[in-house]
Amino acid sequence: MKATTPILSALTLAWLVPATLAQGGAPATAPSEAADAPLRGEEVAVLTDAPAVPPPITRDHPTRVKVELEVTEVVKRMADGVDYTFWTFGGSVPGKFIRVRQNDEVDFTLKNHPSSKMPHNIDLHAVTGPGGGAKATFTAPGHQTSFSFKAINPGLYIYHCATAPVGMHIANGMYGLILVEPKEGLPPVDKEFYVVQGDFYTTGKYGEPGLQGFDMEKALQEIPDYVVFNGSVGSMTGENALAASQGDTVRLFVGNGGPNLVSSFHVIGEIFDRVYYEGGTKVQENVQTTLIPAGGSAICEFKLETNGDFILVDHSIFRAFNKGALGILNASGDPDLAVFSGQKKDEVYLPEGGAVQAIPSDSKPAAAAATKEERIAAGKIVYGANCAACHMPNGVGVPAAFPPLAESDYLNEDVDRAIDVVLHGLQGEVTVNGDTFNSIMPQLGLNDEATANVLTYIYSEWDNKGVEVTSEQVAKVRAAKQ
Amino acid sequence: MKHAVLFLACVAGFVRGEEAADTAPVPPEMVRVEGGKYLPMFGDRDQSRQVAPYLLDRRPVTNADYLEFVRGHPKWRRSRASRLFVAENYLGHWAGDLEPGPGAPADAPVVLVSWFAARAYLKACGKRLPTEDEWEFAARADATRADATGDPAFLARILTWYGKPNPPVLPAANTAEADFRGVAGMHGLVWEWVRDFNNQMVTGAARNDASLDRSLFCAGGAVNATDAANYAAFMRYAFRSSLEGNFTVTNLGFRGARDLAPPTTP
Repeated sequence: MKATTPILSALTLAWLVPATLAQGGAPATAPSEAADAPLRGEEVAVLTDAPAVPPPITRDHPTRVKVELEVTEVVKRMADGVDYTFWTFGGSVPGKFIRVRQNDEVDFTLKNHPSSKMPHNIDLHAVTGPGGGAKATFTAPGHQTSFSFKAINPGLYIYHCATAPVGMHIANGMYGLILVEPKEGLPPVDKEFYVVQGDFYTTGKYGEPGLQGFDMEKALQEIPDYVVFNGSVGSMTGENALAASQGDTVRLFVGNGGPNLVSSFHVIGEIFDRVYYEGGTKVQENVQTTLIPAGGSAICEFKLETNGDFILVDHSIFRAFNKGALGILNASGDPDLAVFSGQKKDEVYLPEGGAVQAIPSDSKPAAAAATKEERIAAGKIVYGANCAACHMPNGVGVPAAFPPLAESDYLNEDVDRAIDVVLHGLQGEVTVNGDTFNSIMPQLGLNDEATANVLTYIYSEWDNKGVEVTSEQVAKVRAAKQ
Repeated sequence: MKHAVLFLACVAGFVRGEEAADTAPVPPEMVRVEGGKYLPMFGDRDQSRQVAPYLLDRRPVTNADYLEFVRGHPKWRRSRASRLFVAENYLGHWAGDLEPGPGAPADAPVVLVSWFAARAYLKACGKRLPTEDEWEFAARADATRADATGDPAFLARILTWYGKPNPPVLPAANTAEADFRGVAGMHGLVWEWVRDFNNQMVTGAARNDASLDRSLFCAGGAVNATDAANYAAFMRYAFRSSLEGNFTVTNLGFRGARDLAPPTTP
């Protein structure tokens, strides 16, 4: 527990100098460092709960790091109205994020809370040695055990409980990540986040309320009810969304605790600029989806070139939309329209092309209507054949796409304009009953009589002003346009 | 002998202990478990073991029982017990040496007692701890069957209990579900000491036997198991193997057993 004293550091630094020189010729920024480089000082590791990540390690030398994890068995929220008894490393799922530096020596203590029902232990994949520490940390309730290891290999590693039956301990949430930062450090970024996926097997189906028990049969069959990030549905949505700003560089430390499923990790709307796949040293660039095995990890880096919500999913996509594997990274800021414009238009798709189209006219002369009633009756048929698909049989239209004809101010304020629209079509922005529409209506190719009939029908319906449109009026508008 | 008078819970066992034989009457607080063949969770897959008939307590030892014991045996009181034989938190939930207090209701199972303490208690009663085989043999029973372990619902029920955290204060020992013999609380109440709890750890000459790794860690746990799907049994074996003789654990109690023949020193 003794904190590093400045005096101690200074002494050990002075003592290290000859050793550093002896290695010879190493660049000052990244001095080569032997695996047996002497430890200097000691410190207590900063541990964080997801999605927080401990600060980057700025030391240029290995040290002795103390890590203490407490195992507790706690009832917590799995989803709204759904609770589960999680077994945890540090009180939540995933367990605490541990960050050490390559060549550090870690003094690890595992405490099993007296209220625990089970013995527990920890297998850190970052450990070189039998059992990864499992055997050395097998701990009865109300006891604590400790062991030391040297962090030889840099990388991002899962740790988990390995007490038999190991599947149940992992299925109850006993996993987390330990980062062994390479001695030269990781490139600086603006934001780092901690995300771990896990699958859960409950006695009740997804969403069934109440305290849910572990269902061993489902676990054996590998059919989870929940697949979630950071231990619960909605752990990173709404007010819990990961927060960043436009222009930030982001690093996600992603693990998969399993116990069973392999994750197809993807962020909707982003491309990973760099992925340290499998949590190792090699980098793949420009990755859409990276596979994260159960008991494995990946480090995903990307720049938020524009603002908005970016959705973290397991792209085995039913898990995202039906089992909870979904989180949100919100980038505040102004949109970079060159990168992403947002929706510019939603237009009717016309296979013939984008301009106003003419629907072929049937040249058969229609019998002239003798009365307004005959005109309305004939117009109703024309409406059904030509108009109802978009403006709807009851004239209400489709919000944001097709304007209403019922009680329509645009229709009622100008009969000649209405005739013109039916004859020639309409393209561009119009405001109808206070709503703006920006679509294309094709030329319908109706003759004067049919045009007069359909408009008379429309004006007679749906609380419109009831005027009769004659074929002479239509002819006049047609002539005026030509 | 003087203590036996104070030591009410044990009276029947103690008095009859010296004359117990195969035909002797069974003390009221115990039941006779007919032995038989059983296949332990670990060991040779095709070698079932014979369990001889024995007597087993109907319920775990309670705080009231244990209070009588420490009254008569001062060296096992909380403040006096040797740290060689009990860990620091021995009877830690009691209010005082002779006061169980609100955290330890009289009729709830006594916990936070070490293997040594349990053995001393039972010796004073003329009993002993059941062996792991005896305990597991009896624990296969439910309300109607001598062996319910083939029933997934039975195992699931046990597993559900193992998956729940301990209640802050334990319920009464006699409220636990009893099996067809009248033995209550084998599941769903507390873990229980067995005489050879470290059986799985010490399989060879060395304590750090190689089979330890194979038996109880990670996937290796399935290698030696006779029924890899019996998670409930895994839990118990894993639990026992995490213990040492002086450990005292918040949900670990015990109950007595006895040979049909006169008891030997446990």
